[in-house]
Amino acid sequence: MIEVDELSKQFVVRRGRFRRERHVVEAVRGISFRVERGELLGYLGPNGAGKSTTIKMLTGILVPSSGRVSVAGLDPSRRRIELARRIGAMFGQRVQLWWDLPLLDSFELLRHIYKVPPDRYRASLARFREVLELDPFLHTPVRQLSLGQRIRGELTAAMLHGPELLFLDEPTIGLDVVAKQRVRDFLVEINRDEGVTVLLTTHDLGDIERLCNRLLVIDQGSLIWDGTIADLKERYGGERTLVVDLEEPAPPLELPGARVERVDGPRQWLRFRGSASELTSTVAASARLVDLQIMEPDIEEIVRRIYGGARRER
Amino acid sequence: MVEPVLVWRRLVGAQIRSQFQYRLSFTIDLIGNFLISFIDFLAVLVIFHNVTQLGTWRVREVAFLYAFSSISFALTDLLIGHLDQFPQKIRDGTFDILLVRPRSTLFQVIGSDFQLRRLGKATQGAIVLAYVVGALDIPWDAGRVAMLIVMVPSAIVIFGSVWVVGSCLAFWTTDGGEFTNAFTYGGNFMSQYPVDILSTWLRRFLAYVVPLAFVCYFPALYILGKPDPLGLPRAVDFLSPLVAVGAAAVASVAWRFAVRHYRSAGG
Repeated sequence: MIEVDELSKQFVVRRGRFRRERHVVEAVRGISFRVERGELLGYLGPNGAGKSTTIKMLTGILVPSSGRVSVAGLDPSRRRIELARRIGAMFGQRVQLWWDLPLLDSFELLRHIYKVPPDRYRASLARFREVLELDPFLHTPVRQLSLGQRIRGELTAAMLHGPELLFLDEPTIGLDVVAKQRVRDFLVEINRDEGVTVLLTTHDLGDIERLCNRLLVIDQGSLIWDGTIADLKERYGGERTLVVDLEEPAPPLELPGARVERVDGPRQWLRFRGSASELTSTVAASARLVDLQIMEPDIEEIVRRIYGGARRER
Repeated sequence: MVEPVLVWRRLVGAQIRSQFQYRLSFTIDLIGNFLISFIDFLAVLVIFHNVTQLGTWRVREVAFLYAFSSISFALTDLLIGHLDQFPQKIRDGTFDILLVRPRSTLFQVIGSDFQLRRLGKATQGAIVLAYVVGALDIPWDAGRVAMLIVMVPSAIVIFGSVWVVGSCLAFWTTDGGEFTNAFTYGGNFMSQYPVDILSTWLRRFLAYVVPLAFVCYFPALYILGKPDPLGLPRAVDFLSPLVAVGAAAVASVAWRFAVRHYRSAGG
């Protein structure tokens, strides 16, 4: 669905008030990756890492400085209009709806801009009205919508023409917990039911953890991670924690492959690597177990570690 | 060909609907525009209060030129005057949104606004024209009527092309609005006066570089039956539609080139 080879983008920036010096800023430095149809993947990186620049090259907004991009078999900047019919894009911080008009009017205009056949338009609008619960504010001018309502409107606008591929730039930024959950559920649903490929950038690690199987991490213009979240945790996350509740207080358990970090009455915290089920059975064999819980390493912590690690290597 | 026009009408219709949400302000704007444009015409009258002729041109003939230029420019302004605000789209990166839609970006920029109040200026031009045509006693034959029909659309396309080329600068400067205004609003002003009263280099500039002489001057020479004081062949009077097509082609190439240099904005 997406093929990117050695993609780079440089910007020339002039600095200084009188003697204008020419600086070349490398926003993206030779990144390569592939995305298959039906994937839902996250694109992560600190501010200014090159996330948005990459998305803009994938959607045909920016022309790459060098390298090759192919999205849905098309070169985005050369065949922008053809591509635009097949992809949807939503930029969380840019309004693409018509500010002074009722939400429904924006959808009507987009239907004509995208040349969506009337019956298909009716069907997909009916579906989004239900899934995203648009009815209470469908006739409200966009400027009067809350952020959560507006984002739901924007998502509908990006999906009305039935794209195969959806680009989302920080879709949940600024949303409250409920609104965030609604957006996430929606993305999972269109990905699962309609096979829409979704690529989203975010700062919200909750998005990544709930939604994505695969993660791309970019820092200072270079791709520093491409793989599953499980692998990421395995590699950078190190140990997990098994919390066990024993029938009665006991001295710290001594088990192979785990060490006790903390004891609080009958509850013990065991740090371990590798298989949780193996450890669980050894615990069960040596003490009477009432309950247990596995704590995954905090992804936020992991990401901080990757950013730091990649910088040190450079 | 028809489909984009229908879409444009929907886009513009939506803009007009939102303008009507603020009825009072709209009415005041409309009247204001109508009145202010008379001040322009007053300038023409002031000149003739002091001199009786501009080159070979009498006051009514200049008024004719003025009225034609005014109408054409006002209609251009109505259709694409919001290109003035276009640099803002470049600066804040909202141009991104136009690029992910399956339509020409220029088409979308043009359809992004429509200030109906600008009709005030065109109305004023029409009133002056009606008066002048009555006063001038022009022998209306087939050729003159044909010229009358093609000259306004040609003028709109030429003005519009100059405007678009000027707006392309925004892709590099992310501003540069004032420089463009020199050619658009300035061009309108120039084309209200006969080109032959200008100095040679300016005349050449207006004929060959920024083809504003074709907006009104040459067509007006033909309709008024005046010989070209500069001695160019009569055929030049009919070149406006061709010049319009050429100018539009240049504008479209310039626009495409400029869009490929779009740098978007951070975030």
